[in-house]
Amino acid sequence: MSDSIKRTDYSAEAITTKERSQWEMVLRRFLRHRLAVTSLILFVLIVLFAYVGPFLWKWDHTLHREIPSLAGPTLDHPFGTDQVGHDMLGAVMRATRQSLNVALTVAFGATAIGSIVGAVAGFYRGIVDAILMRIVDILFVIPFLVITAALAGNISGGTTWWHMAIILAVFGWLGTARAVRAEVLSLREKEFVEAARSVGGSDAHIIFRHLIPNATSIIIVSATLQIAFAILAETTLSYLNLGIQPPDTSLGLLIQNAGGSAFNERWYLFYIPGIFIILIALTINFVGDGLRDAMDPRQTMVRR
Amino acid sequence: MLAFTFRRIVMMVPILLGASILSFALVETSGDPVQEQIFLIEQSTGDPVSPDVVEELEAQLYYDRSMPERYWLWLTGIGETNGDIGLIQGKWGPSVEGPTTDIGGEVGERFWITVRLVLLAVVASVGIAILTGVISAVKQYSAVDYLLTLVGFVCLALPTFWFATLVKEAGVALNGAFGTDLFKTYRDSTRGFQGNGWEVLLDALPYMILPTFVLMLTSYASMARYQRAAMLEVLNSDYVRLARAKGVRNRTVMRRHALRTALIPIATFAPLAIVTAMGGSLVVERIFGWNGLGAYAYDSIKAADSFAVMAYLLIAGVLTLIGVLISDLLYGVLDPRIRYE
Repeated sequence: MSDSIKRTDYSAEAITTKERSQWEMVLRRFLRHRLAVTSLILFVLIVLFAYVGPFLWKWDHTLHREIPSLAGPTLDHPFGTDQVGHDMLGAVMRATRQSLNVALTVAFGATAIGSIVGAVAGFYRGIVDAILMRIVDILFVIPFLVITAALAGNISGGTTWWHMAIILAVFGWLGTARAVRAEVLSLREKEFVEAARSVGGSDAHIIFRHLIPNATSIIIVSATLQIAFAILAETTLSYLNLGIQPPDTSLGLLIQNAGGSAFNERWYLFYIPGIFIILIALTINFVGDGLRDAMDPRQTMVRR
Repeated sequence: MLAFTFRRIVMMVPILLGASILSFALVETSGDPVQEQIFLIEQSTGDPVSPDVVEELEAQLYYDRSMPERYWLWLTGIGETNGDIGLIQGKWGPSVEGPTTDIGGEVGERFWITVRLVLLAVVASVGIAILTGVISAVKQYSAVDYLLTLVGFVCLALPTFWFATLVKEAGVALNGAFGTDLFKTYRDSTRGFQGNGWEVLLDALPYMILPTFVLMLTSYASMARYQRAAMLEVLNSDYVRLARAKGVRNRTVMRRHALRTALIPIATFAPLAIVTAMGGSLVVERIFGWNGLGAYAYDSIKAADSFAVMAYLLIAGVLTLIGVLISDLLYGVLDPRIRYE
């Protein structure tokens, strides 16, 4: 009898709430952020539009003889056609895809370089830190737009999207490196780093298994900012004819080709690619903002 | 403070040198001016270029030497030169346009055109950023705050070139609709800055409105975010609560206690905003047809004019370093908790 009493006592006192891991908490917090979730859905739709769309739509971005030139938006050509007779829906799909290719590659590449440089500089400090940070300083002094324009504008054989991606990534990691370094400088003094070292963890093990994973929130947020930054930089360079070259296309090139048609009957040539750029940059910024809030450990589930 | 400033300036020299070496190498690998000139000549005449002409071009542009030698000449001008190269002697090197074009003179003229645009746009954007940031913070989580935040995010996502084209076309359309020419949408002035100061100002003003507006809106948003965060932090601080508890009027609390401290971050941010605006000015100058530094950089890149691109990179680099220095010093002046020994 006493046994059964004890048992019920225990069950009453047992923790009934489900245990949640850190990432579940982050996910739940993110999902409460309505604007960020809406933005994420919109961004995914744009990505699907760019990568899956071309398989579903009958026209691509190249010239076809049967397409009329300068047709307004109709059911046959929802985004209209341009002077020479490109179907603009097909062209915008292709352009968005090329611009996203650049943006996602830059986000990945620049974030990888920046995180590693920042973590190494912050972990070793001293001379390594001094050298790496002077390199950051030197790159910071060189104006980004002009040096990338000089490099991208003169590639023999035409600039493709991966040329753009490499060039932008090589010059775009400075902010990430600074942010990660600052975080690692404080992380390296924590006990778990001491513990990892005392059980014989190598420097590389500590950096890649302990420091970088603990700086994930900063890294993810800066990766989202990189996407927005890269898409603006790529379209700007392409607009200036210093980026992706025809016959391939980019959102910047489409706007360049639209010329000053913002207020005449060919308005759709100008606004549609522009709105796509704004939507990509805007949604990804909102997602980044939502992630920053969700991953901030000081945040509680209660909305202040 | 003086010693700190001096030390910082001395530390800038190696950074500037490193940056100039790196950009020199990058600019050289990105384009060969001699090949470009040969290509242009061949296109205009239709005949292959004779080796004599190639040699002459190479000698004129110092491409008959190795790259390190060329860098040394560009920097110091010590050695065998045509007397047009050597930065420390105030000579910027030969342009592909020929010996009649002096890069230094060209850059000197265009510098002020760009500075005019950039400074005005930065002052305006800092003003807007402070205003919207403070309103957002004071009315936190109100409809006004959400609206301003949304506008800020949209401005952050605006591609400068698209927005500049839109504003330019809007200017043209407005001029057409009202039969005026209030907004000048192309070139930087009618008469090229002749006459006394007042005439120049009156002449240039209609040309400035739209480009400044574009550059202002595309660069204010991130500063407004910082301003909002700074103001919120101050408003939640103990000394503001104490001031309120003492019974100080709301307006005085805001002006004398809160705003003064909340302006520190943005004051240190503003000099760096000039650097960002320089990048934006490249696009804006091209679209509005200004003959500023940004347009010059663009033309030089297109023509593979290495020494001219280097001139732009150097000027922009020096401005960046000055901006960083000013922002560091301002931080020390404005924030009494920071002391420079």
